[in-house]
Amino acid sequence: MKELEKPDTAALRAKYPDAFERPAAARLATPAMIAAALAVFIFGLHDLGFEPAKFIAGLKQLGWITMMMIPPDPGTSLPLYLKALGETLSIALLGTTLAATLALPVSLLAARNIVPPNIIRFPVRRFLDSIRGVDTLIWALVWINVVGLGPFAGVLAIMVSDFGALGKLFSEAIEAADKKQVEGIRASGGNAFHEIRFGLMPQVLPVIAGQVLYFIESNTRSASIIGIVGAGGIGLQLAEQIRVLEWQKVSFLVLMILVAVAAIDFISGKLRFAIIGRRAVA
Amino acid sequence: MTIAVSILPEQQLAALNAAYRQAVARKRLRLFAGAVVFIAALILAAIGAEVNLRTLFAYFGNFVSYFDRILTLDSGQRVWTDPGEWLWGWYKWGKLLGETLLISYVGTLIGAVCAFCLNFFAAENTSPAPWLRFTVRRLLEFARTVPGIVFALIFVMAFGLGPMAGVLAIAIHSTGALGKLFAEIVENADMKPVEGVRSTGASWLSCMRFAVLPQVSAGYVSYALLRFEINVRESSVMGFVGAGGIGQELVVAIRKFYYSDVSAILLMIVLTIFVIDITTGWLRARLFGKDARS
Repeated sequence: MKELEKPDTAALRAKYPDAFERPAAARLATPAMIAAALAVFIFGLHDLGFEPAKFIAGLKQLGWITMMMIPPDPGTSLPLYLKALGETLSIALLGTTLAATLALPVSLLAARNIVPPNIIRFPVRRFLDSIRGVDTLIWALVWINVVGLGPFAGVLAIMVSDFGALGKLFSEAIEAADKKQVEGIRASGGNAFHEIRFGLMPQVLPVIAGQVLYFIESNTRSASIIGIVGAGGIGLQLAEQIRVLEWQKVSFLVLMILVAVAAIDFISGKLRFAIIGRRAVA
Repeated sequence: MTIAVSILPEQQLAALNAAYRQAVARKRLRLFAGAVVFIAALILAAIGAEVNLRTLFAYFGNFVSYFDRILTLDSGQRVWTDPGEWLWGWYKWGKLLGETLLISYVGTLIGAVCAFCLNFFAAENTSPAPWLRFTVRRLLEFARTVPGIVFALIFVMAFGLGPMAGVLAIAIHSTGALGKLFAEIVENADMKPVEGVRSTGASWLSCMRFAVLPQVSAGYVSYALLRFEINVRESSVMGFVGAGGIGQELVVAIRKFYYSDVSAILLMIVLTIFVIDITTGWLRARLFGKDARS
């Protein structure tokens, strides 16, 4: 058996110094970043008033609350809760549909291949971004001031906050569409409207439908909490029962939300596959 | 030059036309049925949500005038004519925004560490036992599906009013969301290094440390940064239920109709979120190249 040739370590070391002795800056970078992250973390714990005694007392309290939650029991208010759940689902469905209807035309304005000039596109995009930056709950508070307490304010809140998100997603879907079909329509003498209707829409509609279904699903979750500020749905009941410390009802309501979200998740998954086939949803 | 277009005989054409019309008619029928079901669901939902178009039209002016009012100072001038008066509470609000950022930072970090500890048990290829994987997955699912603000409501009852409840609520929600994403990264990791390390007689822990972790750590940081971005948004409303941050001020301003304060606080929130979005986007592009942005 032939022995392997011994590598000449000294020569290699001279040739590739970085592989043997990484410069101090590179070696220190990761620990320094971790140390900085930890420092901010500890400052945060201190600044936000984390004290071990308070934390342990809270944990004890939490354990007690959890014990009180078992078993989940709606008491006599099951019909009321079911109605609230229906309200939540209605809010999610209506809010998302309205948002999608409004977002589609605006998203055309924000897409580079429809509206090339930056001067229109930029403000539209920033407008959508700032709508998205404001949380659904804040919009709910604003709408309560306008149309009063109740689920209608919730619908409008979901509509506005999703308008921003969907507008952005739609415009991205439109920008990703294939240009050739649009050119084909133009070559056969179609005007701008025909180009959008027959060249673009058939390509982007399945993508958009998938996104809307996904949003209905995630909005079921948002709609279940906007009641906390008074905009209808199951969140209203949940917040009330937490405030009066009816923990069995609280755990029942949380379970109801989980089941509803899982059901909607299942249905919209099936529908998405039916609409766009087995393609992955972006 | 003439172009020959072959035209089929009449009977053949008729059969093809009929087949085409039938196919289109079937498709249209299905579309129509789908539309009817959808519209019925919408009408049902409209009744369920007590949608009242008359209210909307009657009060829509309110919506517009609401924005008019929040952009007007007490003196009747537009807010931007007197920024000093408009942003009179900038120091207080800035401090609260800082608290909001800290809440989301601490919450995200705790959540990321918990998710990091749990995700190897939840991933299909690295989990030591099926029952463990099942339990951890259900746990993460629970933490992810219950909205953060519900946790906050309950924690406010347990830990008292203050940012601690908000931090813990964000931490739990982030654990659920990040745990799932982290586990997916681990499932996509290459298993050959694991085999190599195991063949040297290493324990499960060493396999994870020396074979899996180097492959996945970049993805972890990227997702954690993305989560931080989302959590900033979420912690801005934690104050609504008394869990610290700017939300408290905002809800007071909205409920008590301090109009110009509402717009000032909203402006500061939106600006902060812009800055955070841009910074984390830049950081992720810097750390992992453009393609890591997902």
